Amino acid sequence: MSNLRELYLEMVTDHAKNPRNRGKVDPCSHIGTGHNPLCGDKLVVTVLTNKDVIEDVKFDGEGCAISTASADLMAEVLVGKTIKETKILFDTFHGLLTEDSNTDSVPRKLAVFSGVREFPMRVKCATLAWHTIISALDGNEGATTE
Amino acid sequence: MTDTATVDNFPALHQKIGDKKLVYLDSAATTQKPQSVIDAVTNYYELDNANIHRGVHTLSQRATKAYEQARKDIADLLGASRAEEVIFVRGATEAINLVAQAWARPRLCKGDEILITEMEHHSNIVPWQLVCEQTGASLKVAKIKDDGSLDIDSFKEMLSQDTVLVSVAHVSNAIGTVNPVEELCALAKSVGATTVVDGAQATGHMHVDFSKIDCDFYAVSGHKMFGPTGIGCLIGKYTLLQEMEPWQGGGDMILTVSFEETVWNEVPFKFEAGTPNIAGAVGLSAAAQFIRKIGYKTIHAQEQELLAYGRSVLEAIEGVTIIGTAKNNAGVIAFTIEGVHPHDAGTILDHAGVAIRTGNHCAEPLMKRFGLHATCRASFSMYNTTQDIDALGTAIQEAITMLR
Repeated sequence: MSNLRELYLEMVTDHAKNPRNRGKVDPCSHIGTGHNPLCGDKLVVTVLTNKDVIEDVKFDGEGCAISTASADLMAEVLVGKTIKETKILFDTFHGLLTEDSNTDSVPRKLAVFSGVREFPMRVKCATLAWHTIISALDGNEGATTE
Repeated sequence: MTDTATVDNFPALHQKIGDKKLVYLDSAATTQKPQSVIDAVTNYYELDNANIHRGVHTLSQRATKAYEQARKDIADLLGASRAEEVIFVRGATEAINLVAQAWARPRLCKGDEILITEMEHHSNIVPWQLVCEQTGASLKVAKIKDDGSLDIDSFKEMLSQDTVLVSVAHVSNAIGTVNPVEELCALAKSVGATTVVDGAQATGHMHVDFSKIDCDFYAVSGHKMFGPTGIGCLIGKYTLLQEMEPWQGGGDMILTVSFEETVWNEVPFKFEAGTPNIAGAVGLSAAAQFIRKIGYKTIHAQEQELLAYGRSVLEAIEGVTIIGTAKNNAGVIAFTIEGVHPHDAGTILDHAGVAIRTGNHCAEPLMKRFGLHATCRASFSMYNTTQDIDALGTAIQEAITMLR
């Protein structure tokens, strides 16, 4: 049960139930659609950038608690970051989910997902929004966790 | 209810997930294997392992005998009129693809129609889409009703003189609806269509009589009826199988080969190119014997009792909605939990030792029909008990408490 509590920390379930960044950035500079074929979840991420700096991020779509909370918290931490910083942060975040890496370098709002490490089947849920935004920033519209 | 002797037959069920007893409710994905099947496969490899239909040595003779006995056992269990009507393949998916490529593809042309239903598994959709692309035929889809049962009127409406082939699930994998396949095959025959029944979800749970259903082809999955993975059968009417050309070339499917001309072997060997899954067939034969020993009547009664109890337990939980409430249903309950995504439910239930399937169950069009992306699915077999369903109910409550 303890592993499960670490997966569904209060901050995670809170953001899953009451996401703050659900919706669309309009007008937006980038748009991406993410798809997790495993569970059928689809996610649309819209982004507004100004000279390489992310000004706003929103997501839309239905997903599990992990993917919804991850999308919501991603949107919070990325505002003000450059595209390059976003990519570095994703690598760090991915390391947090898959390796026994140190959580010190990870923003607190992302460190809440360290419990995912014990649930390899859920890594795709936690990274769906990230794959989608990276793909959108690279100028591709679609992303999949496959 | 289940006598422990039945549960004791399945070694994998006697384990813990973390500190919780395993409650296996995913038999529609694959059934657990009885000790007799595991032993049959082990014994085969330990004592009889050889290639079949060729060697004159003792082991090859034993292996050949066991493989051909498996064909007889399946024919007897499922009502084929002769053993040669049973073709060994990898599973139900390959059985359907065999019909698609070896029967349908050379025969269909533009203007012809293939009729399926809205509740089909992807493996009874995609092979026909391929055939449609290859031949110019078109795919028609009969509707289902809100309770998950087939809309027979829609099925009748879709049938026409252009319908060349009808392929329907005997039992829906995603929601458990049992289709009236005898009636559907008779309707199909009235317009001259060839019939295929996808029996993947049927043969582990209820008495199936190929001759009585009177379909032309019946697809069987071995691992969903207590057998090993990688083995299944296509049962086909002998005369149709004779008329068909092979779909794969290789050893064992030929009588004579020269660079000028090759003569095909007889049915069923014509469709079994290459060394087959001999151990799988031996295991499937043991599974057939196991089913005979327990009896379909006992298995079916047990699962119907679990279905009724399961539905009542789940209906009593606030926020749980059952998808697929047809009267004639197999031991499958698909459901959603308000405020709990199926994927989260799957993880939380697993932590309670309860194994269920979550997702779209390889039936995306069916999910769409119900306006859903995914569901949870609990599916039963003879080894389940009402205590297992109580554990399911408790775990669902835990998930609700955790996430709502």
